[in-house]
Amino acid sequence: MSQVVIIGNGIAGITAARHIRKRSDVPITVVSAESDHFFSRTALMYIYMGHMTYDNTKPYEDWFWDKNRISLVRGYVDQVDTEAKKVRLAGGRHLPYSSLIIASGSKSNKFGWPGQDLDGVQGLYSLQDLEQMEKSTAGIERAVVVGGGLIGVEMSEMLHSRGIPVTFLVRETSWMNFAYPPEESAMINREIRAHGIDLRLGTEIERIEGDERGSARAVVTKGSETQASETLPCDFVGLTVGVSPNIDFLRGSGIELDRGVLVDDHLRTSAPDVYAAGDCVQLRNPKPGRRPIEPLWYTGRMMGETIARTLCGEETAYDPGIWFNSAKFFDLEWQVYGQVPAKLGDGEKTLYWEHPDGGRAIRIVYRAEDLAVTGFQLMGIRYRHELCQRWIADGCPLPEVLENLGAANFDPELYRQYEGELVALYNRQHPGAPLRLRRRRGLKGMLELLRAS
Amino acid sequence: MAAHDPSSRRLPTVLRSLGFAAFVIGLVVFLAALVLGGYQLTPEGLSALEASGKISPDHRDAVLAQLEPLEGQWFRSPGGFIEAVDAALGAANSDLGGSLGDYQQGEYRFWITREASRGPAAGRTTLLFLLSFVLAALGAVAYFLPRLWLEPPGIKNHGVWFSSVRSRGAWGIALGVLLIGFYIGLYFFPAYIVNWIRLADPASRWLTGGPADRWFFYGFLYTLAILVMAVRMAVNYRHNRYQLVRTASVTFFQLGFAFLIPTILGALGKPAYDFKNAWPLDYHFFFDWHLKELMASGALGWFILFWGIGLSVLVVPLMAVFFGKRWYCSWVCGCGGLAETLGDPFRHLSDKRLKAWRVERFLIHGVLVAAVVMTAIVLANFFTAGSGHPLFGGITWKIQKWYGFLIGSIFAGVVGTGFYPLMGNRMWCRMGCPLAAILGIVQRFQSRFRITTNGGQCISCGNCSTYCEMGIDVRWYAQRGQNVVRSSCVGCGICAAVCPRGVLRLENGPTEGRINEVSLVQIGRGRIDLA
Ligand SMILES: Cc1cc2nc3c(=O)[nH]c(=O)nc-3n(C[C@H](O)[C@H](O)[C@H](O)COP(=O)(O)OP(=O)(O)OC[C@H]3O[C@@H](n4cnc5c(N)ncnc54)[C@H](O)[C@@H]3O)c2cc1C
Ligand code: SF4
Ligand code: SF4
Repeated sequence: MSQVVIIGNGIAGITAARHIRKRSDVPITVVSAESDHFFSRTALMYIYMGHMTYDNTKPYEDWFWDKNRISLVRGYVDQVDTEAKKVRLAGGRHLPYSSLIIASGSKSNKFGWPGQDLDGVQGLYSLQDLEQMEKSTAGIERAVVVGGGLIGVEMSEMLHSRGIPVTFLVRETSWMNFAYPPEESAMINREIRAHGIDLRLGTEIERIEGDERGSARAVVTKGSETQASETLPCDFVGLTVGVSPNIDFLRGSGIELDRGVLVDDHLRTSAPDVYAAGDCVQLRNPKPGRRPIEPLWYTGRMMGETIARTLCGEETAYDPGIWFNSAKFFDLEWQVYGQVPAKLGDGEKTLYWEHPDGGRAIRIVYRAEDLAVTGFQLMGIRYRHELCQRWIADGCPLPEVLENLGAANFDPELYRQYEGELVALYNRQHPGAPLRLRRRRGLKGMLELLRAS
Repeated sequence: MAAHDPSSRRLPTVLRSLGFAAFVIGLVVFLAALVLGGYQLTPEGLSALEASGKISPDHRDAVLAQLEPLEGQWFRSPGGFIEAVDAALGAANSDLGGSLGDYQQGEYRFWITREASRGPAAGRTTLLFLLSFVLAALGAVAYFLPRLWLEPPGIKNHGVWFSSVRSRGAWGIALGVLLIGFYIGLYFFPAYIVNWIRLADPASRWLTGGPADRWFFYGFLYTLAILVMAVRMAVNYRHNRYQLVRTASVTFFQLGFAFLIPTILGALGKPAYDFKNAWPLDYHFFFDWHLKELMASGALGWFILFWGIGLSVLVVPLMAVFFGKRWYCSWVCGCGGLAETLGDPFRHLSDKRLKAWRVERFLIHGVLVAAVVMTAIVLANFFTAGSGHPLFGGITWKIQKWYGFLIGSIFAGVVGTGFYPLMGNRMWCRMGCPLAAILGIVQRFQSRFRITTNGGQCISCGNCSTYCEMGIDVRWYAQRGQNVVRSSCVGCGICAAVCPRGVLRLENGPTEGRINEVSLVQIGRGRIDLA
């Protein structure tokens, strides 16, 4: 290994670079077309809302790269030559590599709707998208956001923070009800509406109409089931209908592609010494219960470190471990550990508690046969990653989890704790030997549990 | 939802606008009161001065005799008048054979100017008191409270970086200049702001029976600012019990311990002691005049002496072992109290660069050394004074003065608060406070406190670092799954509040494994070695 080249300065590429540098002195070059420095894509919304500046989103100060001898190149890779082992930048410059890591991220989906290329119609993925959105939304009257995913909620919140009325079109009859159980999905619907967003469930986009200057003027919708059509006047349309791997520049390179860059268990592509990490990756053999493409911050980070280990001589297979994720819908925080499906599978059961105010919930999923817990889902409450993960990994039975559940609570000090109510609910549902909550929130209890198992 | 029904928004929106207008009027009245009117010594004024007891009987006749020629003269500006008073005091000093010290001249200058001021604050004091302090305070509260009806509970950081006053724009710089000017006037030119000080008379007469001096005025304004801005904190963080209780706590300690108790003690002729103010923040605790005052104040004085020593050497560090420095810095302390209320809108302006951290460590420990050395010299001189040959000669007065000037006034006041809109709300606490330095050493090396990072949930967004008033790059730790164990952390809890992924938790617990190093792939594997 004499020269590592990394395409993409996102979390996947940068994590790889940092961990290679921790273990080796090999020259590292990171190429990005988007920005001079690594910034946090997940924080794009906070720039628009005025919570942070662009500089605040950079996880490392600018001197960090020089000091760690990671050279940054601003440019677009338009060709990868896996025979000659070099990449070509637009403009003609070549960068030879001994090892190449492709970490080129995603691009926003568009599904060929009429009018999708009008001015004032866009997705949100890159810094350039954010700049565009800044321009397109200055002084506008109304916006429509299309597509009920996480970025759709973020975009609605962004526009709302600037006082722009938002209509939010979601195809499903309840927000993300294909991924969330009905109770949580309903809670998120309520949260979106409580902030004054005009949430239209069961509504799809038909086309976007433009004015004579080629700018968006209205969105024409149709009901997913009713087919009823409506015209919503607006001067901005956010298209947030998912992302897909950003791999077009690799076509013809000989690297095997499908929807993403195909990789094996060690994140190796079909070409020698070429690896891939992050959003652009499609796993040939995902772990059971996991998807081949998981465009997430956390997976990109884990992949980056995995490749760094392998490259530096410690052959490591990619293991994302037990699923976890989190998000915030307006003011409602969500965390998940393990598998919490929208619809229970065979042999799965669930215990769900919701606060009477409808803004907080705890759900535990477990196996009917041995009561082993398999998932935790929290709404408006924070839980400890380590402990939930440990319980799931150990297949800890629900009664034992419930009795110790307080220790998993990660809410700030002085917050009310609701684990007692969950235990009481369980006792009502399972008359007989009642369980008792034996632990309350606290670091000591958590450490004891982690050490014991 | 009610919150978005236009008719239910109308009333709170109107109230908010009215509140804003009232605040601006109050502020304008306050500013105008400073510059309107003039200065004139009247016969009644002179006799009031004579009766006030503010001029020591030893100097009274000489001073009043020299002031007599000024009687009836009208001065438009404080500068002209003060020049004339200084000339009179200089002459009185020669008459008295040079026995009038600088300090005393300053005090006399202040009280004479205060008596001579003929601004609006002198004529209609109560009316102006209502139109400035009370109107501005009520206006501000009326501006904050309607948010309860206008916005659902949650983090309220929309537009922070777009606001001129909160992002070092023109208004922010103007506010910084105003605050800096205020502190320079208060500390170094009190005679120039007698019109403001007189505005606090109604409160002073009610509480102490006497006219306001500058420290009463300052304490009153300080406490009022904390009370009003605590309402803002409570409204903004109504979903967060940690913030609510913490804000209630700093407000309570300011109102009771820092303001009311010392004011009342002072009015009763007792040492005006703030029972929560610990050395070396309370740098004059061991000053010779203070020790003498305490020893001359009977049982209460001796109690304060032992209390103050116990607080500094025992209570403060021990509590930090159990709870971290936060129990003092963001729950009890007056400087912290102002920073967490009045200063909260500026917390994101703290410098997060590594460079700033280096400067911070150098400065704060430098001030700690200075405070310790100064106190040691003063005490050594105090205990050896009886022999007639104090150990370090006659420098007590000088080093007390210089420490008070450089650290007490310039650093803690002018920079500490004046720089809120320029460099954030904790400049003093972060860079200068010697008590924070001690607490920080305890917190870093021998405490049960840390901020725990929640496994792999961090998305490196940077909200925590941005809103850390101490300029700690919280994200640096959070994204590596490492606990935050930093001497400067005051445990305000805002990083944990603004984190959108529930990654941070302030907590006290076993010290084992407190300072950890976690690798992220291990998190993926499902097992973490916490030891
Ligand atoms: C608004 C928003 C919010 C999100 N919030 C969350 C969240 O809360 N949690 C979560 O887990 N995930 C979230 N995500 C997803 C997460 O940000 C991504 O999964 C992650 O950033 C992907 O990282 P990456 O390193 O794979 O790619 P990227 O961050 O996309 O980096 C790839 C970089 O490579 C550059 N590049 C691509 N091709 C080339 C080329 N040919 N030449 C040169 N440079 C090239 C791109 O310009 C880009 O800068 C969010 C995404 C968005 C857009
Ligand atoms: S690290 Fe967090 S708790 Fe500590 S001072 Fe900074 S914001 Fe406050
Ligand atoms: S605010 Fe939370 S998610 Fe964002 S960087 Fe800090 S710890 Fe990570």
